[in-house]
Amino acid sequence: MPNMTPKKAAMPTQPPEERRHNFREVALGYSAETAMEEATRCLNCRHKPCVSGCPVHIEIPRFIEQVKDGDFGKAYEIISRTSSLPAVCGRVCPQENQCEARCVRGKNGEPVGIGRLERFVADWHNAQEEVKPEKPVSNGHKVAVIGSGPSGLTCAGDLAKMGYEVTVFEALHLAGGVLVYGIPEFRLPKSIVQKEVETIQALGVKIETNMVIGRVLSIDELMDEQGFEAVFIGSGAGLPRFMNIKGENLCGVYSANEFLTRTNLMKAYREESATPIMHAKRVAVVGGGNVAMDAARSALRLGASEVTVVYRRSEEELPARAEEVSHAKQEGVVFRMLSNPVEILGDENEFVTGMKIQQMELGEPDASGRRRPVPVEGSEYVIDVDAVIMAIGTSPNPLLKFTTKGLETKSWGGIVADESGQTSREGVFAGGDAVTGAATVILAMGEGKTAAAAIDEYIKNKSK
Amino acid sequence: MYRILKKKVLNPTVTLMEVEAPLIAAKAQPGQFIILRADKDGERIPLTISGCDKERGSVRIIFQLVGATTKQLGMLNEGDMIPDFVGPLGNPTPIDGLKKVCVVGGGVGCAIALPVAEKLHENGCEVHTIAGFRNKDLVILEDEFKACSDKYILMTDDGSAGEKGVVTMPLEKLIGSGENYDMVIAIGPLIMMKFVVKTTKPHGVPTTVSMNPIMIDGTGMCGGCRLTVGGKTRFACVDGPDFDGFEVDFDEAMKRGAMYRDFERHAYEKSCHLLNKEVE
Ligand SMILES: Cc1cc2nc3c(=O)[nH]c(=O)nc-3n(C[C@H](O)[C@H](O)[C@H](O)COP(=O)(O)OP(=O)(O)OC[C@H]3O[C@@H](n4cnc5c(N)ncnc54)[C@H](O)[C@@H]3O)c2cc1C
Ligand SMILES: Cc1cc2nc3c(=O)[nH]c(=O)nc-3n(C[C@H](O)[C@H](O)[C@H](O)COP(=O)(O)OP(=O)(O)OC[C@H]3O[C@@H](n4cnc5c(N)ncnc54)[C@H](O)[C@@H]3O)c2cc1C
Ligand code: SF4
Ligand code: SF4
Ligand code: FES
Repeated sequence: MPNMTPKKAAMPTQPPEERRHNFREVALGYSAETAMEEATRCLNCRHKPCVSGCPVHIEIPRFIEQVKDGDFGKAYEIISRTSSLPAVCGRVCPQENQCEARCVRGKNGEPVGIGRLERFVADWHNAQEEVKPEKPVSNGHKVAVIGSGPSGLTCAGDLAKMGYEVTVFEALHLAGGVLVYGIPEFRLPKSIVQKEVETIQALGVKIETNMVIGRVLSIDELMDEQGFEAVFIGSGAGLPRFMNIKGENLCGVYSANEFLTRTNLMKAYREESATPIMHAKRVAVVGGGNVAMDAARSALRLGASEVTVVYRRSEEELPARAEEVSHAKQEGVVFRMLSNPVEILGDENEFVTGMKIQQMELGEPDASGRRRPVPVEGSEYVIDVDAVIMAIGTSPNPLLKFTTKGLETKSWGGIVADESGQTSREGVFAGGDAVTGAATVILAMGEGKTAAAAIDEYIKNKSK
Repeated sequence: MYRILKKKVLNPTVTLMEVEAPLIAAKAQPGQFIILRADKDGERIPLTISGCDKERGSVRIIFQLVGATTKQLGMLNEGDMIPDFVGPLGNPTPIDGLKKVCVVGGGVGCAIALPVAEKLHENGCEVHTIAGFRNKDLVILEDEFKACSDKYILMTDDGSAGEKGVVTMPLEKLIGSGENYDMVIAIGPLIMMKFVVKTTKPHGVPTTVSMNPIMIDGTGMCGGCRLTVGGKTRFACVDGPDFDGFEVDFDEAMKRGAMYRDFERHAYEKSCHLLNKEVE
């Protein structure tokens, strides 16, 4: 008899008052008992609507059934057949728009906590005795992967399992992409990312950090001189956008990437860190996505007394994960909706003192189907802040486009690739944010997987 | 890991190192830079490639000891390892086709200017170098510049070496006396570059300046290095570091610098260690 409680088993969390002052993980994870209990809420639907909501089609009811029976090892095996980063995705997937959005239990109450169960299984697995995967036998073919974010790591891992000799080239000094430089410790502990990276290394994948492809070596050199038969580009969408409003270059205005990189990658939140960060008191964060939530909550943890998220549409349209928005609110982040910054104000030393905001109202729907915010005449007002963080989006870095012969990109910078990841250049594949623009971890991972299969096929056909 | 092959203390505050990095040495061109971390938990700092030896596979850096990271780096010795060393970053200084150039270097900026002067010389360009320092003890690379310059003018603030005064004095004189430079390339403290531009602009002599705002990634990812050039926001690490001196908003770049210095002075270090001091 299924468990018909309308609500998900609660996720234990650090109390908001405590966590807003530290960088430790907010959500603490299910215990085995809670996981098994939550698993009994799954109806094991025959048509499995949840599975079609998951971009990589994890066999959700099958793994949940194993959790219910307490066979967590088996559950892990089922998940890892299609997902290579379950400990990450279980934490950061926007489940409410994906698997859980389709769960039948959601029609009458809350959906099954699929993400939470996935996280539990992955964490359980990671806590078990280390069984290093065996290094597969090499098939003698070399593939290069550019970028060590979720798309690159997944592509590299899959190819290594097929016997390819894979080298990942990463521009920064640490592998992980956004998982290490963007998403903060309190949402995704870096030890988890490290573990994923080590697992992939154990498969024989070489990771070369400090390698900016397009500068140190070009894709042409990798293929023509270094003997790589195929290249996967998973270079992400790291170029920050600014609003181009007055005052944006004042001291105290950061891109979210700079603010988060200083905090996460360079560990500026730790006392002993060599990297500086401004510990502002009143911070405005412009934008409404996950990036904005991460920046706002990081600013709080760095000691801000007042953090305001300024977003030009209405609350329903906030693109951030629901859980992040509610966590941010619990921690005291203030939300100003339908508000558009028009100018950043500074003092005589050009230091940020405030932000002028224009009130918006909802007009006709725009191309995205959302009602377009239009300015309300004469509604400008000023809020006092001493730092502003711009989290209004990023686009792919043009470096690879400029340095690779015959690599086509779209007008906004995204690399042109078909559904298998094949680009306009033979032997060169691409996926993740570099192709789609800023998206999600699970989509990037899925594209890395698809491209790995396509690369395998490409090399096999070529050597026939 | 990148091995330090050679270390030479040039003066009490400036040190030269040759670092084993064959891939970078093979590619680097004058004007490009590297980013390094002096220890595995350290800060990322940019330093210009001051020269490279393709045969040995080594890259030369010359740096001034100004703060935590450069001091830490200065404590490393020959044979020691630098954990992270990435490059070549940024764009090479555009020097193709130049026939007559005046290179103006200020302080440790001379280390950055040297490979540019050398490359110009190699291309058969007539090179005049004006090098400015605060005093005699801080003079670096005199012989190296003399070797690649058709004219070398040394200036010190106090006259303890070369002529007394700032670099714009001989520059004004040279331009005034009819030296028709295709380009003036100025590398040094912001204030120096600003005044170089003030000198060259009335004469319409095209002027390239090398900007050095605070950087983190050096790949265009953080936007921390942004400047206003020609009214537009540009990222020094990917669009520069060299820009058309007539277009750069030096006042903005300097105010940002001065603001950080103010923070430092008011002992704000605890809450804000974003101290900014020009490279001089
Ligand atoms: C702050 C923040 C929070 C987010 N929160 C979530 C969330 O909660 N849930 C979710 O699903 N998604 C979230 N995302 C989005 C998600 O992280 C990205 O969609 C995903 O990481 C994209 O993966 P990727 O592999 O395409 O690229 P990335 O993760 O961006 O990795 C690209 C890597 O390539 C490297 N690189 C770039 N150019 C070069 C080059 N020329 N040579 C060598 N290396 C290069 C970069 O340094 C980087 O390490 C968030 C993003 C950010 C920034
Ligand atoms: C493209 C570029 C090329 C450079 N080339 C040289 C060079 O060849 N030789 C040389 O001596 N210096 C060079 N610099 C300056 C050098 O990067 C700084 O002196 C160094 O970062 C100081 O670090 P610190 O920890 O020792 O000092 P800190 O005490 O941290 O800072 C001292 C001052 O250095 C500057 N600075 C600090 N961190 C950074 C950073 N991450 N990026 C840029 N500037 C920073 C600030 O103005 C600061 O006030 C260059 C800078 C840039 C941007
Ligand atoms: S990977 Fe994401 S979408 Fe798929 S089941 Fe897990 S949480 Fe849901
Ligand atoms: S839709 Fe929900 S209840 Fe049905 S199988 Fe999937 S998770 Fe279980
Ligand atoms: S240093 Fe980060 S964008 Fe230039």
